[in-house]
Amino acid sequence: MINKNNTISRKSELSNKDYKWGFSTDVETELAPKGLSEDIVRLISSKKKEPDWLLEWRLKAFRHWVDLEDKDMEPNWARVQYPRMDFQDIYYYAAPVSKKDKAPNSMEEVDPEMLEAFEKLGIPLNEREKLAGVAVDAVFDSVSIATTFGEKLSEMGIIFCSFTEATQKHPELVKKYLGSVVPYTDNFYASLNSAVFSDGSFAYIPPGVKCPMELMTYFRINTEGSGQFERTLIIADKGSYVSYLEGCTAPMRKTSQLHAAVVELVALDDSEIKYSTIQNWFPGTKDGEGGVYNFVTKRGRAESSAKISWTQVETGSAITWKYPSVILKGDNSVGEFFSVALANNHQQADTGTKMIHIGRNTKSTIVSKGISAGKGSNTYRGGVQIMPTAENATNHTQCDSLLIGDQCGAHTVPYIQVRNPSAKLEHEASTSKVSDDQLFYLMSRGLSEEEAHHMIITGWSRDVIKELPFEFAIEASQLLKVSLEGAVG
Amino acid sequence: MPKHFFPESVKKFHDLLETRKSVPSLGTNIDVLKKIAWDYFSSTGIPLHRRGNELWKYTNLKPLSDTSFTLSSDSDVNVEDIVNEIPWSKDWHNILFINGMYRPDSLGKLDLPSGLSISDFQHNNMWANFGSLAKPNSGTFAALNTVFVQDGISIKIEPDTKIRKPINIIFVVSEVPRNFATFPRVYLDVGENSEATMIESYISLTSHPILTIPVVEIEQHTEAILRHYRIQMENENSFHIGSTRVGQKGSSKFESSTFATGPRIGRNDIHVSLNEPDATCQLHGLYITFGDQQQDNEISTTHSKPSCTSGQFYKGILAGKSTAVFSGDIVVEKGAQKSIADQKDLNLLLSKGVEIDTKPSLEIFADDVQCSHGATAGHIDLNSLFYLQSRGLDFNTAKAMLIRGFADEMIVEFELTELFEFISGLVDDIIPTLQSQSDTIGTT
Amino acid sequence: MLKISDLHVGLTADNNVKILKGIDLDVPSGEVHAIMGPNGGGKSTFANVLMGRPDYQITTGTIEFKGESILDLPPDARAHLGIFMAFQYPVEIPGVRPFQFLKAALDSRADATGQKKLSAREFTKRFDEKVVQVGINANLIKRSLNEGFSGGEKKRNEILQLEILQPVLAIMDETDSGLDVDALKIVAEGVNSQRSPDRSFLIVTHYQRLLNYIKPDRVHILVDGKIVETGGPELAVKVEKSGYKEYLT
Repeated sequence: MINKNNTISRKSELSNKDYKWGFSTDVETELAPKGLSEDIVRLISSKKKEPDWLLEWRLKAFRHWVDLEDKDMEPNWARVQYPRMDFQDIYYYAAPVSKKDKAPNSMEEVDPEMLEAFEKLGIPLNEREKLAGVAVDAVFDSVSIATTFGEKLSEMGIIFCSFTEATQKHPELVKKYLGSVVPYTDNFYASLNSAVFSDGSFAYIPPGVKCPMELMTYFRINTEGSGQFERTLIIADKGSYVSYLEGCTAPMRKTSQLHAAVVELVALDDSEIKYSTIQNWFPGTKDGEGGVYNFVTKRGRAESSAKISWTQVETGSAITWKYPSVILKGDNSVGEFFSVALANNHQQADTGTKMIHIGRNTKSTIVSKGISAGKGSNTYRGGVQIMPTAENATNHTQCDSLLIGDQCGAHTVPYIQVRNPSAKLEHEASTSKVSDDQLFYLMSRGLSEEEAHHMIITGWSRDVIKELPFEFAIEASQLLKVSLEGAVG
Repeated sequence: MPKHFFPESVKKFHDLLETRKSVPSLGTNIDVLKKIAWDYFSSTGIPLHRRGNELWKYTNLKPLSDTSFTLSSDSDVNVEDIVNEIPWSKDWHNILFINGMYRPDSLGKLDLPSGLSISDFQHNNMWANFGSLAKPNSGTFAALNTVFVQDGISIKIEPDTKIRKPINIIFVVSEVPRNFATFPRVYLDVGENSEATMIESYISLTSHPILTIPVVEIEQHTEAILRHYRIQMENENSFHIGSTRVGQKGSSKFESSTFATGPRIGRNDIHVSLNEPDATCQLHGLYITFGDQQQDNEISTTHSKPSCTSGQFYKGILAGKSTAVFSGDIVVEKGAQKSIADQKDLNLLLSKGVEIDTKPSLEIFADDVQCSHGATAGHIDLNSLFYLQSRGLDFNTAKAMLIRGFADEMIVEFELTELFEFISGLVDDIIPTLQSQSDTIGTT
Repeated sequence: MLKISDLHVGLTADNNVKILKGIDLDVPSGEVHAIMGPNGGGKSTFANVLMGRPDYQITTGTIEFKGESILDLPPDARAHLGIFMAFQYPVEIPGVRPFQFLKAALDSRADATGQKKLSAREFTKRFDEKVVQVGINANLIKRSLNEGFSGGEKKRNEILQLEILQPVLAIMDETDSGLDVDALKIVAEGVNSQRSPDRSFLIVTHYQRLLNYIKPDRVHILVDGKIVETGGPELAVKVEKSGYKEYLT
């Protein structure tokens, strides 16, 4: 049932000079037939040489998803509109074929076309040019093709590899933690992902170890009509620290692509995980054609005195449905969410977070900045729950919206549930536009209108961008600029 | 989505309706509306399914749906007995409803000034606007009211009229021996460039679980000014689900203050539409819950046209095992530029068993707007408590003073002296109950 | 009047944190004592412990007021004995009016001590007089307690309360911080006009500035939870010149 040598043509690419990541790469791709069935799930699992328990887990997830699908339980509460998805019209397995007909073992075995693709994206993977201080796991379509610095990290006991490799080399860790934060029954897309996830990144930081470099996964969708279902699992053992980055781009395609990833973070006692995302999937054309449908479940569990911090800059995707959350289970644990989400042209973003306070003295901070332009729609949807056990929990939420133009929408929907009176909780929000006075002031000093806008918007987003590692902060700021081109004036 | 609802609740109200068979029709137009309303209600039933149901996500209506009600009452009220229980003044236009029926002149003869007319549903043909703001198929309880409404009044204020005395409408349920249901209805039309004050109060003398489902429709014409007060204080076994629908024309001004305490389940739905430019509306509310009460506030303001200003400011005090909901929504529609909107919900939590669900949401489709919102929840500030104690106030006095202080900002919104004193006294009476059901820092 | 010996204090929330590490202090009737020291040395904690703030826990030591231990007394009972603290950061209390609150405070003390309560008229008279004397804007005082007050206005409001409550021991916790010269004079006048043989003051301050206007009988230097030096007014002048460096190790 494998359909080999299915080379992707470039014909369906769109012209959109603003999305410079929109090229596609000619590589041989191995594709399973379109559609979803138990056989496909079994095929994916066998391709990955997975242990039986994992196949069983996938099948349970698949059956659960079928049940949800039968009951028409695809979530419909988000403020996003899109044509009904045909889940049988998607490739659930697409993998670049390596010359030796198996996954590449070293950088030399990686298809040069793919290396070039990543180089074009600013992520050189080869030994000489690889980014200093950043270990990269490069995921092309559904498959991890290379991981840099793996050996150096392993000297410290840090495991950083593709998810598939982890299931083979560290099955005990995967078995223990997979689904422990996001169970396969969690929601429609998480169930789907649990059934068909292809690859992704896995990281484990041993007790007391401060990971000396940023870990990064770069996701690239290439194949047309393929869904992308990565699974990321990061475990910070007691007293450890890791900063993890995620970047994503896709070629410009006329048809929309589904991306349904799951990220699980486990922060054991006294550890800290900092998770940063620059999400730049293809947003569709100015007229709203194509683009990635980004339905992602991200959640972390913080044990005693642990800290989980999510930072995201969301400029891409036609539709974003994403709520990186923290379960503050342990006493004194800390959860943070910093987000800038931009919706230009016809983009629709419904994003936010959920902070679930269970432990005593737990603390969460939410800073959300939504920018709406063109005909874009941006919704902050956030939940803060203070459970009866969460003595002295505190939350501070600030969500600000900025509107550019009179055709866009900015919405704020906070759900605040307090079941313990010792909670201290504040929610503040504001909506504004770039004021003419601010623009005039900057332009009178010689800035063009676009520069002035960019400066104001970057300044307005600063509270979030400063949370990113330095190089990525610069990239994020540039990305905001490019994404807003044409929205001004 | 009928699959979310239990048909039993429909049957229960169907049976109740059967007991009404012999009552004469209020007119053909009304019968048509009642038919639409019944069809709507029988498709929804009482909303018991909360998951995914944004309007009834937090409030459990099962106790209501499990209770049976009757429409007949054979008792009456001795007006002498209630004059100390209700907010009123000899100087006001007092209108009494007893057990759902309009009882003119019960609290002294109505002496209406020119420009103000009141007609009751039994004796008038001014039905043209009935249901224009609270449509018979616009929600489960507006529908139920339309189906069962038996009496109500239509108040009309002619253009260019300032009504000096407040129009005070009191809905009293007497010491009925049974679970009694009423469905009162008020339509108020405030003419162009007119000004008035209206008070509605809901009071019960019985301890039986009564059901009150009122609908109040308010139409404000250009430059009309209305000061509106709403007091919900039935007994702790009762159910109150009130809908207030307001339509505002250009440059009109609507100011509303609500006080809600008492019922086992209380729901206060206020929807205001700012339909023409330069209209303003300020909605204030204070809710106090204790025991196992549930109080739900569903407050929505829609800016349809430019240059309107609106505010929602609610405060809650929760003790015992009570729960409260603030579900505020401000919608700025496309083109409604220069809108200014502010929304706030602040909560004081006094015990470990309470739950507050607050959802202050903004939906904005125009860029030249100033909108902000905020929410807080927390218990008594310990620094403030220490400060007051350091000046010699004992713990309980200091705590009572802080509870009263928290409510004060809302109580002063009841600007009429008699009303202010009534609410103030009511809150002072409740505070000892709140203290006795406070286990947070109430134990030294 | 106030006698403290071997006072050790930590945080209630975390008893590993030790703030005061053995303080001995004797303030006789009618005297003004200044507690000076660097930030973080424990001055404010000391003031708050005397008033009975629940955030602090006394591990060992005694505090006697007029010969009786006050360790087990809640703040209000201490206030009834005549102890008063002017707060460094007076809290804002929405919905509570100064007039109403001070009347309640006086009544409560009268109840506790068996004194006769002031009638509403007597109280109003005293209140109005003191408002004028302290120089508080009469409109301001109609607002909620400290809400929307500037830093200076809050401090004046503390002095107003001092004037009305007429305590026996007044603890001034950094009352001078953030004040301009005029406000500083008001505070000093408040204290000076209240000086009497049966009233004592404990003035907690970082700077010598306030002591230019209020002459202390004794000056104590509090560093790292201990009183490291005690002297007359000249000691304040000395630390103003040379700072606290010599005391810090």
